[in-house]
Amino acid sequence: MTFLRSRIFRSLQPLLAVLIGLVIGLLITRLAGENPWHVLKILINSAFGSRYDIGMTLFYATPLILTGLAVAIPFQAGLFNIGAEGQLTLGALAAAAVGCVFPDIPWPLAPVLAVLAAFFVGGFWGFIPGWLHAKRGSHEVINTIMLNFIAAGIASWVTLYVLKNPESQNPETKAVGAGYLIHHFQSFGDAPLSSAFVLAVVAAILVSVFLWRTVLGFQLRAVGQGESAARTAGIDSGKMKIIAMFLAGGLAGLVGVGEVLGNAGRFRLGFSPEYGFIGIAVALLGKNRPAGVVAAALLFGALHKGTSDLDLETENVTRDLSLILQALIILSVSAVGLWDWFNKGRPMVNGGRT
Amino acid sequence: MSDTGFLAILIQMVGSTLRVSTPLLFASLGGLMSERSGVVNIALEGMMLIGAFAAATVAFVTHSPWLGAAAGMGAGLLLAACYGLFVIQLRADQIVAGTAINMLAAGITPFLSKIFFESTGSTPSLPLDDRFQSAPIWIAWILVIVCWAWVNFTPTGVWLRFAGEKPEALQSAGISVIRVRWCAVLASGVLAGLGGASLSIFLASSFSRNMTAGRGFMALAALIFGKWRPGPTAVACLLFGFADALQIRLQGVVLWGTEPVPVQFIQILPYIATVLVLAGAVGKSRAPGALGVAFKKG
Repeated sequence: MTFLRSRIFRSLQPLLAVLIGLVIGLLITRLAGENPWHVLKILINSAFGSRYDIGMTLFYATPLILTGLAVAIPFQAGLFNIGAEGQLTLGALAAAAVGCVFPDIPWPLAPVLAVLAAFFVGGFWGFIPGWLHAKRGSHEVINTIMLNFIAAGIASWVTLYVLKNPESQNPETKAVGAGYLIHHFQSFGDAPLSSAFVLAVVAAILVSVFLWRTVLGFQLRAVGQGESAARTAGIDSGKMKIIAMFLAGGLAGLVGVGEVLGNAGRFRLGFSPEYGFIGIAVALLGKNRPAGVVAAALLFGALHKGTSDLDLETENVTRDLSLILQALIILSVSAVGLWDWFNKGRPMVNGGRT
Repeated sequence: MSDTGFLAILIQMVGSTLRVSTPLLFASLGGLMSERSGVVNIALEGMMLIGAFAAATVAFVTHSPWLGAAAGMGAGLLLAACYGLFVIQLRADQIVAGTAINMLAAGITPFLSKIFFESTGSTPSLPLDDRFQSAPIWIAWILVIVCWAWVNFTPTGVWLRFAGEKPEALQSAGISVIRVRWCAVLASGVLAGLGGASLSIFLASSFSRNMTAGRGFMALAALIFGKWRPGPTAVACLLFGFADALQIRLQGVVLWGTEPVPVQFIQILPYIATVLVLAGAVGKSRAPGALGVAFKKG
């Protein structure tokens, strides 16, 4: 009975966390003199109100599926990847660089090349902390943070000095060749929703198959569940961690596909509103499983789109509310002690001491 | 270049290095408190940001940089209390909760500035008299010495180190690990808040959106670079500050050829150095034994 109760509870927990986050977040808007109910209506209307809005929600969800996976895969191998931001930056830059340097390659070869470039360059940026962790024992969290800064520096240099768009004052590269561009779906108005969304969903399915249906995936998860036990069973834990980080980086790199080939047609400095960090929230809320990641990415995509209209539609609340809501949701999901208390009715301090 | 010109540039560089490394010093001392007690603190970034906002706001209203700094410390303390509630009491993952706290700070500061000043970008500019001239530099270096002496030579400093290395041993000696970690995290919030204040009312003249720009993470890097010890950490802050000052100085300067120096490469040097140190290429850096592990009383 308690077993059943805790199973049901566990599957409801992310929903409850979202609810808690939303309620607290909306109550905060009250402090700004807004009617929380009104704010909620704006959020929902702006995220789902029209075909265009739905298209934008899916457009924002696309990079979040990828960065969510980029956090979830290493997590399954016992690693924490907060480097998705740097990985996606360099992946997107690589896609744009290929498109700028070889502008004459025809469709469909061109986007394939750009996708491969984005995947492998992002993957390389994930490989570095994976390798450093496996071979030198250095902590991947700090290394991925450092690599985020290094990636930002490289991207800034390449954008401003190497591939600079001579016709614009904006920090952006030249446009990629016409053969690289992927088309938008027609049914969502002007929303730049492209096959990159399909690519992200397919990636999630492939990751799911890989992790739960292949030997390599099983070994990878075994390392995450108990490294010494996995080693005893003859699994090369270092190799698994490197693979996990490479795949993660590659998937984060694919964010460049939707942005460079499907939206801007070039690399723009600062195009990402920290998709890499929101990916942490997405993975966490999705319980580090691909299906959960897709669902959570849709929710956060909707939040992102929903809050984007707050600037115009309310007096005092701006789109920054989305950051606050995300933070509150992450905090609610992550509070182990809180859920213990909910679940077992024990006091929350120190995990169940009376 | 003449000798006097070189000397002038040198003095200027020393001055600006000392200035730009001050927020880093405060924040990395904060990080030291928290991390030596066993609590990873990537939330430094958010604590600095909210400290910077509170300091600029209060200094603008009261015309006193000191009250501004106090407000910065208070805001850092509040956010640290929130962080402590989640990672110490509710045993949330420290990296996850830290990331969330950073997001919260990044969202709440423009939210509040919109309410207070009708502007989500920044707080109003402070006149020279309402800002610090050089006091934060002195305070920071005094704190480095105090912190060094305290961690190494006082009984409570030993508690701090044991909470991070062998929490069970500390607990069995009758001292509450939870309480030590709470104090350490709160202290780190105060220090990081002061670091943020020194950014907005000392280096700059107002708060602007996301003005910490990764300095909390940089302070963390300096802490690791300095192997979690006060003296070397302070030196690392100076090095990082120097790289920053150099990068500002060389912005747009043509040293060779016709193109300006790509300052990006100077900017990323501290981060590359930190990666190398962590990889053991420049001396091994060892983290406190129980760093990042939530303590659950048995």
